[in-house]
Amino acid sequence: MFKSYEEINEKIRKGKAVVLTAEEVSGMARTMKPKEILEKVDVVTTATFGAMCSSGAFLNFGHADPPIRMERIEINGVPVSGGLAAVDTFIGATDCNPQNPTYGGAHIIQELIEGRELTLEAWGKGTDCYPRKHIKTRISLKTINEAILMNPRNAYQNYNVAVNTTDRTLYTYMGTLLPHMKNASYSSAGELSPLLNDPECRTIGLGTRIFLCGTQGYVVWNGTQFNCSKPLNEYGVPMGNARTLALMGEMREMSSEFLRGAYFEKYGVTMYVGVGVPIPLLDEDLAHRVSIRNSQIDTFIEDYGCKGELIGKVNYEQLRSGEIEFMGKRIHTAPLSSLFKARQIAAILKDWIMKGQFELTAPVRPMPKGTSLRGLKEINQ
Amino acid sequence: MTKKIVVSFPDGEASRPLIYELIKKYDIMVSIIKADIDGGRRGKLVLELDSDSDHIAQAIDFMVKSGVDVSPLETKISFDNTRCISCGACTSACPSGALSISGPDWKLSFQPDKCVVCKLCITSCPLKLFKIEFAD
Repeated sequence: MFKSYEEINEKIRKGKAVVLTAEEVSGMARTMKPKEILEKVDVVTTATFGAMCSSGAFLNFGHADPPIRMERIEINGVPVSGGLAAVDTFIGATDCNPQNPTYGGAHIIQELIEGRELTLEAWGKGTDCYPRKHIKTRISLKTINEAILMNPRNAYQNYNVAVNTTDRTLYTYMGTLLPHMKNASYSSAGELSPLLNDPECRTIGLGTRIFLCGTQGYVVWNGTQFNCSKPLNEYGVPMGNARTLALMGEMREMSSEFLRGAYFEKYGVTMYVGVGVPIPLLDEDLAHRVSIRNSQIDTFIEDYGCKGELIGKVNYEQLRSGEIEFMGKRIHTAPLSSLFKARQIAAILKDWIMKGQFELTAPVRPMPKGTSLRGLKEINQ
Repeated sequence: MTKKIVVSFPDGEASRPLIYELIKKYDIMVSIIKADIDGGRRGKLVLELDSDSDHIAQAIDFMVKSGVDVSPLETKISFDNTRCISCGACTSACPSGALSISGPDWKLSFQPDKCVVCKLCITSCPLKLFKIEFAD
């Protein structure tokens, strides 16, 4: 049995599509074979809500009179890119003023989405066509032109578990890592996570319509550091940090329920991003893939105290139990991405599809194959 | 019973062997949750006293008469529940298990009676939603 995107969309339009969340279908798979799941279910919704540093936003402020070519720009005191024409900018989620490292680009994006007014200050050298050299004013989403969220790397397919074998506390983007492996932190929605339910990206590519921070957004490219070369476990799941997605969406439609500025102690600013991806069950292989359970998803244990050495392997059922046994120690485990929020997102996306408000899109261009990562070489002069 | 207290020493009083007397004279199991003594003379202790209620009352009476200030530790670590995203970052750092997150709902749970006021949650929360107020 095979289903096409058009057949599934026809069912969605008629309000007859059967939609389950990835957790629901994983439960169903305990008693049903992929063939039966394919017959019963049309779409599976997946989601994640985690800290994703490689995120940001394009803004266009509009021209002042007389106009300015903004070459140095600050929003609420945070320096943002002055390298995009006269009145465009890109706010990187991790942009911040070193004098105030706990507040940054992600907070600005959140506050804009919440409708707040922020201070914009910009400087230019003054040109014949842009004579003004300085402007200080207030902006909000009501006063500016475009506001587009553009995240170069979101929704990591899987992620290493962080521990610390040294004798001092480490403050990392994986949270506070206590000495002597007293804790381990993990950051994946496991069986609910988008790219773990379609591990080879058969249905996810350029143009895939998704849930992004409360509205409908799109996959616009493969994410940066897209890595197809991670080892697979016996269930075909890539272990460690593998594929990623580049995502885009309209900020004016977003909600800070699903986008939050955050600060990790002694690390810096980052942004929590809510992403939901629908997976159409086109054939038995996809029905089999979405049936994956936490116990079948492995990831590596990485020692953040020792140059990122991979020192073990664990699955998400073990991590979710709150404690793992490793190297003779009982280690407290805790998540960093919110399963509570991810479930909300999967449920909302399911609701949109069932109500006929969200149709599925076939990829315009597939994701790359066979990619691996390069490191950065240092050249000694 | 157990009781958590904040003991504040005025200048010079911190040199007294107070804990020794609590154990020896009043038969109290003392856990030092936090000690912040300035140069060994002035400062603050957060103690958990474990004994029967009479002994605890007598011990507190003794400390007050000795010239140190004793006040109950009102557990005033709190977090803004309405803004919390239940990410779990604070539970990773919480050594006492007061903050926990688990199935079925995976919502952050806070049990103030288990809190030892280590303050790791304050720095660990990526959204900075925790607050602490000492009952000084």
